[in-house]
Amino acid sequence: MAVIAELWCVALLLGTAVLAVIVRAPAASRAVYGVTLAATLIGFAAAFSTAVAGTTAVTLPLGLPWIGARFRVDMLSAFFLIVVNLGAAAACLYGFGYGRHEHEPKRVLPFFPAFLAGMNLVLLADDAFTFLVSWEFMSLSSWALVMSHHREPGNAYAGYVYIIMASVGTLALLLGFGLLAGPYGFYGFAEMRANAATPMSAGLVLGLALFGAGSKAGLVPLHVWLPLAHPAAPSHVSALMSGLMTKVAVYAFLRIVFDLLGPPEWWWAVPVLAVGGVTTVLGVLYALMQNDLKRVLAYSTIENIGLVFVGLGLALAFAASGFPAAAALALTAALFHVFNHALFKSLLFFGAGAVLTATGERNMERLGGLIHAMPVTSVVVLVGCVAISALPPLNGFASEWLAFQAILLSPQLPQWGLKLLVPAVGALLALAAALAAACFVRMFGIVFLGRPRTPAAAQAREVDRWSQSAMIIVAAMCLIAGILPGAVIDGLAPVVQSLVHDRMPVQLGIPWLSTIPIAESRSSYNGLLVFLFVTASASLAAYAIHHLASHAVRRAPAWDCGFPNAGLATQYTADSFAEPIRRVFGAYVFRAREHVDMPPPGDVRPAKLTVERHDLAWEFIYGPIAAGVSLAADRLNRMQFLTIRQYLSLVFLALVSLLLVLALWP
Amino acid sequence: MAVIPALVVQGTQMLLVLLLAPLLTGFVRKVKARLVRRLGPPVLQPYLDLLRLLRKEAVLAENASWLFRVIPYLIFATTWVAAALVPTFAIGLLFSWTADLIAIIALLGAARFFLALAGMDVGTSFGGIGSSREVMFATLAEPAMIMIVFTLALIAGSTQLSSIAGLMLSSGVGLRVSLGLALIALIMVALAENARVPVDNPATHLELTMVHEAMVLEYSGRHLAVIELAASLKLLLYMSLIACVFLPWGLAVPGTGVTALLVGMVAYAAKLAVGGFLLATFETAIAKMRVFRVPDFLGAALMLGLLATLLRFVSRSF
Amino acid sequence: MNGLAFDVAHLLAGGLVLVSFMMLYQDRLYALLNVFALQAVVLSLSVAWQAWAQDAPHLYITAAIALVLKAIAIPVALHRIIARLGIQRQIETVVGVGPTMMAGIALVALSMVVMLRVTPEADPLAREDLAFALSVLLLGLLMMVTRHNAVSQVVGFMSIENGLILAGTGAKGMPLVVEISVAFSVLVAFIVIGIFLFRIRERFDTVDVQALDRFRGGQQ
Repeated sequence: MAVIAELWCVALLLGTAVLAVIVRAPAASRAVYGVTLAATLIGFAAAFSTAVAGTTAVTLPLGLPWIGARFRVDMLSAFFLIVVNLGAAAACLYGFGYGRHEHEPKRVLPFFPAFLAGMNLVLLADDAFTFLVSWEFMSLSSWALVMSHHREPGNAYAGYVYIIMASVGTLALLLGFGLLAGPYGFYGFAEMRANAATPMSAGLVLGLALFGAGSKAGLVPLHVWLPLAHPAAPSHVSALMSGLMTKVAVYAFLRIVFDLLGPPEWWWAVPVLAVGGVTTVLGVLYALMQNDLKRVLAYSTIENIGLVFVGLGLALAFAASGFPAAAALALTAALFHVFNHALFKSLLFFGAGAVLTATGERNMERLGGLIHAMPVTSVVVLVGCVAISALPPLNGFASEWLAFQAILLSPQLPQWGLKLLVPAVGALLALAAALAAACFVRMFGIVFLGRPRTPAAAQAREVDRWSQSAMIIVAAMCLIAGILPGAVIDGLAPVVQSLVHDRMPVQLGIPWLSTIPIAESRSSYNGLLVFLFVTASASLAAYAIHHLASHAVRRAPAWDCGFPNAGLATQYTADSFAEPIRRVFGAYVFRAREHVDMPPPGDVRPAKLTVERHDLAWEFIYGPIAAGVSLAADRLNRMQFLTIRQYLSLVFLALVSLLLVLALWP
Repeated sequence: MAVIPALVVQGTQMLLVLLLAPLLTGFVRKVKARLVRRLGPPVLQPYLDLLRLLRKEAVLAENASWLFRVIPYLIFATTWVAAALVPTFAIGLLFSWTADLIAIIALLGAARFFLALAGMDVGTSFGGIGSSREVMFATLAEPAMIMIVFTLALIAGSTQLSSIAGLMLSSGVGLRVSLGLALIALIMVALAENARVPVDNPATHLELTMVHEAMVLEYSGRHLAVIELAASLKLLLYMSLIACVFLPWGLAVPGTGVTALLVGMVAYAAKLAVGGFLLATFETAIAKMRVFRVPDFLGAALMLGLLATLLRFVSRSF
Repeated sequence: MNGLAFDVAHLLAGGLVLVSFMMLYQDRLYALLNVFALQAVVLSLSVAWQAWAQDAPHLYITAAIALVLKAIAIPVALHRIIARLGIQRQIETVVGVGPTMMAGIALVALSMVVMLRVTPEADPLAREDLAFALSVLLLGLLMMVTRHNAVSQVVGFMSIENGLILAGTGAKGMPLVVEISVAFSVLVAFIVIGIFLFRIRERFDTVDVQALDRFRGGQQ
């Protein structure tokens, strides 16, 4: 049975984690990654078998005594298990090569399989207790990985913020499950599904799920930990956190809102759409302002999660108003984007890890010209950048196209709030897509193109074969998913059917393998043909020109309008590339201000340009909360310094008041 | 077999756009010159320029990468595929269902992505200026274009250009407010995307006014020829787009004979001539905007597109 | 009401909203006056079309008044005032063009929602034209609120009145006497404002209302 196989994988991963602590062998790194790779591949295969065999469940005598620990693999879990195990397998393959550069392997190796085990367990859990225990285990093991390089400046702070936000998120989920369990404590998911919730408690559960799962996924304004924590971990772990852990959070939201809560109401879509739309734009605007390569990728994760939540919000709206075909389209778009993002974000983090290994630098302002020294890495990172910018014929465009088609079906929604919200969200999505392309032009251009800005960048070398092969495999998957989106859509059909009771039209039977959003529409897109046309035209043009015209090439200094300057300072920097966008959008979003300090003539000190940027979420939400907590803690601190008599009187007062309550209770 | 004639018609369209693009550019330049009482270059000058450039050797900077050499062909391929999918003289061609309007816009976006990368490849400050300004314009022009696509799709019930043009042709639509707003927004976006006055000057050599020219500054020889051809194709694409949606009369419907196709071609040539003349007059009459006024301009186009989409969401009769 | 009449009326009303947005976009005073003249022209075309479609000949007179007074006389007079007073010709906005346009879109959405919800049984042409008229009114108010320069506030005030005329002619049967009295009261208000502008300019050398605040003394 699939669930038994998955549980054995989890056991294998946990065993590997324990062995990694105990065994002291120099080849431990390779062994750990190898066994983990095998375990994840078994998990992947087991999840695939669910598509054929159907739902499987088992109950183990662990956990709460009166319900045991229930584990279940249904269509939704199977899809997310496929995504997680695929991404994990790629990370293990990458880790074969990357793990050799780890200075303190004992801080990473035990927690890597434990983290994967935690993620798999969350996806397998079928009751609230198992779910929350696995969720916390996942958070703790990823926290340990974030703290693995604790001596680097900023990482300890990142771990601190991460553990606080993770705990708050788990608290929200706990309260949500508590509401779903009802007054009699039915913690199993099957009982929660059967009990209908009142509208008010359903609304509260939606809010708590959005808060709890959303903080782990990275929705604004709960995103603040993500750009601190994801870059702090080693690169393949960052890929796991950004590419996979955020998807586990999306799974949690889907499970609670689409499965356990019952039939949706139309107004549930409003907060989900609003938060999703704001998250996409803010995430990518923040990404454009960063100079740390990994932080750019972390903020870009926030943007893509926003897109997924917009798709989920649309699915809720359509399902509530009785348009199952449109709901299936929106949900397919969201889930397709989950799959795509796991792929290309992992690829980009692997590339960032390769750059870090080769140059020792994460700051984009100190890189440049790496395309000459690292040919394979630059090609695969280019594929990742093109995919994440939603350009045809790669996979990012396929899911974005489906999302736009879902928005175009929205005028049939009868509610006024949605009629005004959905076009605004559509505009935000389009804006975010264009900004994402700008962000990745900047990233690829500054890091890989141009001239090296420091000696470290000039002396870079290509990374090892394992890392390269992991990146090439993931890039190939991006291309295939973009050329044959119909295959992925048909693969998603059973999942979508189980959640909204309808599916998109069968794609693989359509002539020429086009993609059609819904049966009555006349829109279509054919990734394969677009890819073939573009490659054929490019090759034809190149061949024709080289053979009929000239193919002579001469190398010379750069033209530069006749004023060539080989100095490194004449190149554009990452900050200067983002300056026009900062001037247009930044004045409102970050209160970005530029101050120019120009010395008077005769003064020899250098002129200074200062750019001031505020993170409004920190200033208006977290700052006041942290200040309030500090204040309360200061006041309550007095309780540490009372005399014995005062402590005794506290106990006495508590006893007397409880007795009073007992006396006065009717 | 009906496939062969359909294939011939599709192939004719692909060749037609390729051959007409430099002619349109030459025509616009000639009209602009005449309007300021110059003689101007011959209308066929762009063809002669392309032939001259193709035969020259390409001079590459010492640190230009393989990407720099491949990008012109990628830009050309994506622009040509996009241009071949916009109905010019007939709708419902054989491959018209391959890519809808969203995919066409995204193909142009891909061309712009690669062009911006090319600007950054050699590591000069001019390339950086061009690329950073170009992506800034794109962050506003592309959402505006998507909003226009939404408006057209909400009226026609499909994002497929053939369906949209077919609906406009069948006169079931009439004059609509949202269509008017979409037309104005489309003209504004087309001016920005084709690097025309008032957004960018295609004939400039001053770095303060360069955007497109700055990105292709390091290209020479056959690479420059291919990029110039792609830029002409883009102009032709936008004019064909405006013509097939807002002036659809003369488009041949599938199933009619060769006469309808010929009528369509004549109508298309007339539409291009009118469009080129209007573009040249507009460019001569107006001054170029400051760079940081362009976001206001494109932001207004985005707002108009958003307003048009909002009106369609609110009521079917808008 | 046949389809073409419906569509052209809509188109002209929508054109009026578009021209109001154009007014929000301008940053120079002379250009603003030209756009205001254009708004008056579009208004008179709309009123004339309503006169033809509703078969109400007195509306032709309204259209003529709008054309002569608001498209020609008032812009020319304002042009002269600006030249005489030597008023600075750059318009300073409270927030940038971007947020102003977004606020404009939100106001149009608001007036759509209000009008279409409040009048479910009315004639569809009248309802949607009323929604556009309310949009023009709100956009004129937005212009008054987001400008420092007193002349642009006057233009905003005028465009509010244009919206009211559009609303009035959209609903069938606005009597001519009401229109004349409204027009004359606007004219009087305009003359009074013009006189005040002269006096303010004489006293303080500027008509920038932010600068005028500095003379209040005490609070800033």
